[in-house]
Amino acid sequence: MTGSLLFEAIVFLAGAIICVAIAKRLGLSSVIGYLLAGVLIGPYVLGFIGEEGQDILHFAEFGVVVMLFLIGLEIEPKNFWSMRKTILGMGGLQVGLTMVLSYGLFALLGFSTKVSLVISMAVALSSTAIAMQTIKEKGLMETTSGTSSFSILLFQDIIVIFMLGFIPLLTNTETKTTNSNHSQHTSLLENLPIGFQTLAIILSVVLIIIAGKFLIVPMLRKVAKTGVRELLIAAAFLIVFAISYLMEFVGISPALGAFLGGVVLSNSEFKHELESTLEPFKNLLLGLFFMAVGASINFIVIAKSPLTIGGILVAIIVLKALVLFITGHFFKLKLDQKLLLTFNLSQIGEFAFVLLSFAFGLRILEQGQMDIMLVITALSMSLTPILGIINERLILPKVGTKESIKRPMDHIAKSQKVILVGFGHFGSTVGRFLRSHGVEATILDQDSNRVDFLRKMGFEVYYGDATRLDLLESAGIADAKILICAIDSPSVTKQVTKLVKEKFPHVELMIRAKNRYEAYDLINMGIDNIYRESLDTSLTLASDALSKLGFRKYTLNRQVQNFIKYDEESLRRLAKQPKIDDKNYIFQARKELAEQEKLLEDDFQRGIVLHDNHWDSEHIRQQLDNTNNL
Amino acid sequence: MKKTLVIFAHPKFEKSRVNAQLVNVLKTKNHVTFHDLYEHYPHFHIDVKKEQTLLEQHDVIIWHHPFYWYSSPALLKQWIDMVLEFNWAYGPEGNALQGKTVMNVITTGGSRDVYCSEGYNSFTVNQFLRPFEQTANLCGMKYLPPFAVMGTHKLQDDALKNYTQQYEKLIDVLQSDFVTETLSNCLFLNDLPILSH
Repeated sequence: MTGSLLFEAIVFLAGAIICVAIAKRLGLSSVIGYLLAGVLIGPYVLGFIGEEGQDILHFAEFGVVVMLFLIGLEIEPKNFWSMRKTILGMGGLQVGLTMVLSYGLFALLGFSTKVSLVISMAVALSSTAIAMQTIKEKGLMETTSGTSSFSILLFQDIIVIFMLGFIPLLTNTETKTTNSNHSQHTSLLENLPIGFQTLAIILSVVLIIIAGKFLIVPMLRKVAKTGVRELLIAAAFLIVFAISYLMEFVGISPALGAFLGGVVLSNSEFKHELESTLEPFKNLLLGLFFMAVGASINFIVIAKSPLTIGGILVAIIVLKALVLFITGHFFKLKLDQKLLLTFNLSQIGEFAFVLLSFAFGLRILEQGQMDIMLVITALSMSLTPILGIINERLILPKVGTKESIKRPMDHIAKSQKVILVGFGHFGSTVGRFLRSHGVEATILDQDSNRVDFLRKMGFEVYYGDATRLDLLESAGIADAKILICAIDSPSVTKQVTKLVKEKFPHVELMIRAKNRYEAYDLINMGIDNIYRESLDTSLTLASDALSKLGFRKYTLNRQVQNFIKYDEESLRRLAKQPKIDDKNYIFQARKELAEQEKLLEDDFQRGIVLHDNHWDSEHIRQQLDNTNNL
Repeated sequence: MKKTLVIFAHPKFEKSRVNAQLVNVLKTKNHVTFHDLYEHYPHFHIDVKKEQTLLEQHDVIIWHHPFYWYSSPALLKQWIDMVLEFNWAYGPEGNALQGKTVMNVITTGGSRDVYCSEGYNSFTVNQFLRPFEQTANLCGMKYLPPFAVMGTHKLQDDALKNYTQQYEKLIDVLQSDFVTETLSNCLFLNDLPILSH
């Protein structure tokens, strides 16, 4: 049935489209859809995909690399540096404790020291692909569970280098096997002493940082000048490929290298272009990866010893979960954040495929042992989304930060209900001001630490995702007069706005917009009350600056009001205009420059600093003179 | 030496030729506090406590402003509304301003001859300033006739110079131990003979 590349592509794409659509329809994570599609098209159900599943798995791992590059892009070097303690602390504790416990478990089960050691290493690592995908999908990146998960995963990415370096030492210094078939062990530095390896690794990290500044950014500028859009895609992949190659060459995980590359480029003007270019590829590659995992579940191995596999699987998940819970406890995470972390990282990750087959290549593992562990790995990954659902639907509502707590509402809140979505820096200012006027907004927030604090302060707070219709309903949107959306993420803002506008048209929507472009979109969605966070404050600053230069404050104050009025008008006018043709502006940054240019020109032509002749005696004098001269 | 507080209200001071010259006079004087309302409160959000303290620290108060629609600019009215509080400026316990002297220094576009029953403004400047006079009375302050620079639209430079010199002398007189009654006996303080030599 196999063989033709086209046919395989059709199978994968059709499987993905059908299964993911069904999963989404049922309100499940897309990961489940992909995994299910993999199982279906795999060798044991429909049999469309055979042995080549393993190769596809290896190829699709590249999705993880791209994903880490993208994550890196979102983390500025300064923030990365400030995370170092969490990365080392939480990651170290999690990996260390898991290895000790799982070593004990496998030693007890009668495995030899070396085998137990290799397996314990594989078990200690979690799946970046699954965990990060879930975190992103649920918008948890900014919560403590999100950053903790990320820190631990990053530490694992680093430690895997040392694991890969360590495993060959277990071969009793026998002749090194040459049948290794994984690119990771063809590393140039494998036979060098650890000191040189470390040096090479540091050098290559430095190389990435320098190349980022002096090679990649200039290259992207050149590419930008050509104006050929597909070249940008090529350039983006060239960067990721080159970094991965370099990293494999010195024996670092390519994912880690890509992450560093992303961090280096996070300050460059091409950040957004790279993001939007790679995003769809990343999602497809990850989808492919999950399908390959599904397809690689060996049901024959399972059928041979279902109890052993089931037992070990449960034991490993419980063990990993326990360690994660303890780690979370040690770093003072709140109960529900701990649970999210625990369920999100309790699987064995894709690195296990690498480590196990590497050890198998070095004849540390036997075929049977490897098969069982590979199946367990794939199964544990498949179980993660299901465990996540159990946690979200059954456990979390009962413990930790509850979705809602009953509280008697006072009179104003009852008859003039205001819902405030998001209580970050922006939303909290809004909420405090409302409260100082006796208006108690019902708050929806994603961060459980904040939710608990707010509840202590006596606010009525609902915890969870504001794009969920049922949460909005239980927060009482049906009786609400106003919904204020003060969240940071433009895409979530749009989702909430669209949902409320569609289902509860009577609710007055007041929406925070990050900038002009988000405001354009909101205007075109039919929203009237749009509050650009970049407008008032920057004008206050500008007018204060002019005041320091000697301009009169009252005149400035009036001009600020004029400017706001004028800018709001131009915003509404420009929103209706068709967007500047994308073909001419392959780079968002350049497009924005062009827009700015248009705005400045407009300022000039329409005379933003209107001839303000009020109270101007000179002006009256001139008019008098003119009249007299007639 | 009496301490003088000039409460200055001009929404477009940067465009005012006459007031710029008059204010320059104030800046050279000792014991004169020049208080620019529109620069302090561009959003009309007056700090009442601060203003009251300022008033308590001075003996002579001058409301210095252009004459807009027969009255003061909006912010000075706001200032009067907010700062002269019940039981501080007036009322049974309101005696904070008792015995202080207050007056208007104004600039008008129209000349003196249009401000009379025969002129197109129908009333005199003193009649238009009655609300300020009565405000002073209610607060137990002594109200002096205004010092007015009139006909500013057609004012020549040498005439303006004369006004500024008069203003400077007026400040000197106000800071000396003057007797209120001797100054009250005129329609405009400009007419006082002591300002002319």
